[in-house]
Amino acid sequence: MNKPATGIPPASAYFITPEKEREELHTLAVVVDNEPGVLARIIGLFSARGYNIEQLTVSETEHERGISRITIVCRGTPHTLNQIRAQLSRLVPVHSVADLTLMGDPIERELALVKVVGEGEKRVEALRLADAFRARVVDAHTGSFVFEITGKSRKVDQFIELMKPLGLIEVVRTGIAAISRGPKPLRAD
Amino acid sequence: MTDKAQPEMMTGAEIVLRALKDQGVKDIFGYPGGAVLPIYDELFQQDELNHILVRHEQGAVHAAEGYARSSGKVGVVMVTSGPGATNTVTGLTDALMDSIPVVVITGQVPTTLIGTDAFQECDTVGITRPATKHNYLVKDVNDIARTIHEAFYVATHGRPGPVVVDIPKDIQFQTGVYVPPEEVKHRTYHPQVKGDPAAIEQALELMANAKRPIFYTGGGVINSGMAAVEALRDLVKATGFPITSTLMGLGAFPASNEQWLGMLGMHGTYEANLAMHGCDVMIAVGARFDDRITGKVDAFAPGSKKIHIDIDPASINKVVHADVGILGDCGHVLQEMLRLWHEKNLSEKVDREALARWWNQIDVWRARDCLAYQKRKDAIMPQYAIERLWALTHEMDPIITTDVGQHQMWTAQYYRFDAPRRLMTSGGLGTMGYGLPAALGAKAANRDKPVICISGDGSIQMNIQELATAIHHDLPVKVFLLNNNYLGMVRQWQELLHGNRFSESYVEAQPDFLALAEAYHWKGMHVTRPDELDDAIREMMAHDGPVFMNVQVVNLANCFPMIPAGQPHNEMLLGEEVKSAEEAGV
Ligand SMILES: Cc1ncc(C[n+]2csc(CCOP(=O)(O)OP(=O)(O)O)c2C)c(N)n1
Ligand SMILES: [Mg+2]
Repeated sequence: MNKPATGIPPASAYFITPEKEREELHTLAVVVDNEPGVLARIIGLFSARGYNIEQLTVSETEHERGISRITIVCRGTPHTLNQIRAQLSRLVPVHSVADLTLMGDPIERELALVKVVGEGEKRVEALRLADAFRARVVDAHTGSFVFEITGKSRKVDQFIELMKPLGLIEVVRTGIAAISRGPKPLRAD
Repeated sequence: MTDKAQPEMMTGAEIVLRALKDQGVKDIFGYPGGAVLPIYDELFQQDELNHILVRHEQGAVHAAEGYARSSGKVGVVMVTSGPGATNTVTGLTDALMDSIPVVVITGQVPTTLIGTDAFQECDTVGITRPATKHNYLVKDVNDIARTIHEAFYVATHGRPGPVVVDIPKDIQFQTGVYVPPEEVKHRTYHPQVKGDPAAIEQALELMANAKRPIFYTGGGVINSGMAAVEALRDLVKATGFPITSTLMGLGAFPASNEQWLGMLGMHGTYEANLAMHGCDVMIAVGARFDDRITGKVDAFAPGSKKIHIDIDPASINKVVHADVGILGDCGHVLQEMLRLWHEKNLSEKVDREALARWWNQIDVWRARDCLAYQKRKDAIMPQYAIERLWALTHEMDPIITTDVGQHQMWTAQYYRFDAPRRLMTSGGLGTMGYGLPAALGAKAANRDKPVICISGDGSIQMNIQELATAIHHDLPVKVFLLNNNYLGMVRQWQELLHGNRFSESYVEAQPDFLALAEAYHWKGMHVTRPDELDDAIREMMAHDGPVFMNVQVVNLANCFPMIPAGQPHNEMLLGEEVKSAEEAGV
């Protein structure tokens, strides 16, 4: 083995400066051409550049024009969020990117299906809470319910928390759909 | 009959070639294989498109890069599926980092076999997605023409970059409709080219009131084209401001001009880096604040106002905050700035006294002569080799390519570029093995110009096989090898940053380069003494054919100035020959 020639410790020529700004949670609306690979492109961008995705929802919104809308909830400093917007906007199949959180307080809704198994007191309590949360029963068996709940993510979180001690065994969530308030549309031009 | 002609029907392979011809393509760099045989069959039966057979697909992409960067045209590559496609990945990433317009056509296994792990199948679009600006898998013969036209559009509009078009073999055989380029309009991609007038006004206001201004320009100016280069030159002259540039930007402003401070960054000149550090207004044009430029971001040009002109929205405010960001093509923006500068008579407004003081300061920095090095009679200093190469060749207006390492930085420092599109180098990715194939590509696009690849003993061996391509296709370039028997740049870092521990940076068992050159039918030359160098260079340039010149240089020379680890621009390491502050009167 070679002996170190001197006691000088290794150094680097990269300069990593810690972020000082605070992180925020923003909701982006990304309108894209619904071409193969477009989702992989967007997800790849987030992983390659180290951005955090909290939630992602995709669906075609204009079938004839082949346009999809992707709602992304992401976390970052204002600087990072700016970068995310700019990076997304320069992807070739992207029509437009809007930061709905920056534009105001967007309307956000999420749907969850929640399967709860139980009998007796617990079953009654589950039904009662579902009613209070305006969750609908979409499937009922003697020993189980499937509830459908819609609302802001926080409300869905709460409902799921409450169902845990009452026999919750399975959850599926859509991720949010978000839209800005007021008369102005987001256009895919 | 209506006046609209009948749609033209042809096979997929014919469509590919027709689309390339209609895009103005003359030369293709490629390598055949099973999944592109139908296209190669069509190539064989025509003679409008010239195919250059490289010896490795990585070489094809670098050659296309050299072709594109030296000519302003799109570089075109054709390779087969599987290993052919994966071999392009380094070149694609290189072109992506340096914003070079390249279109790569890859064959793919037949659509019916996709997803079955067929022979030579790979997920080309998946693998190349992060290595390209955009990519496509064509699954319908009727989409081939549109996709290729789109690929050229995407490669050349906005910030340029590489585009891959993956075409399965069965589609190449099928018959479909040809669509000409005029009928293809992109649905989504329309980058902004004109700058926001209000932002331009703000920028001019800052410039007119600057006391210590500096232009910092990058490869974007060259990519934008001659209009941008000319507008930059005129604006710099009109303002009287100093100018520096990145490695990729060299030549946009003539190195022989008084206002030129040399390259900036990790191995930039003392005056360029200190002027950047001390400026009050920075005009960044088509440059992206790479970490090799900024050094420690916190300490980068503290207290300066920054104007940033760029075509890429994600480059503005990415690394440093831009006080005025101007999104647009730098050609348009610079022309507009120049027009308004004259129209508003801003030269009158500039604080001439402050500017004169700034130039005095810069002259003091210059007086330290930061590129001074030890002159030797017994051995060739690498810096001297480049200086002599410049002295004896610059009047021939050659194109220079480099590999990566010390020789690359010495080229940037000592070969003085007076015109754009004369230096091809791997700036962003730093790809060893770029130089030789890039030289061949540059030569294919500029048969009337001498092309010299300045390389290192490590780098040249990374794509040495392309020596054969030069002979095969009569591309008589010169290789000027600075042989220091080391992976010199690695060795330098080990010396300066890792306590002199030369881990794996000595190149043992080097080939006999003279014999190697001759084995490939090149003229080989070998030089060891400074007094032989001039004649050798003359002989190399005079020889009518490719020459491989092994220049044995001092082994342990370091490339200075250097901004060491974690330091701001005003903390540079300088060579021993550089004048002290007192001597220079700082
Ligand atoms: C493909 C690749 N592998 C590794 C590196 C890391 N690297 C940067 S410079 C260098 C040494 C290059 O040696 P040489 O070509 O002899 O040039 P010199 O520095 O000696 O002039 C190496 C290994 C690289 N840039 N590219
Ligand atoms: Mg070397």
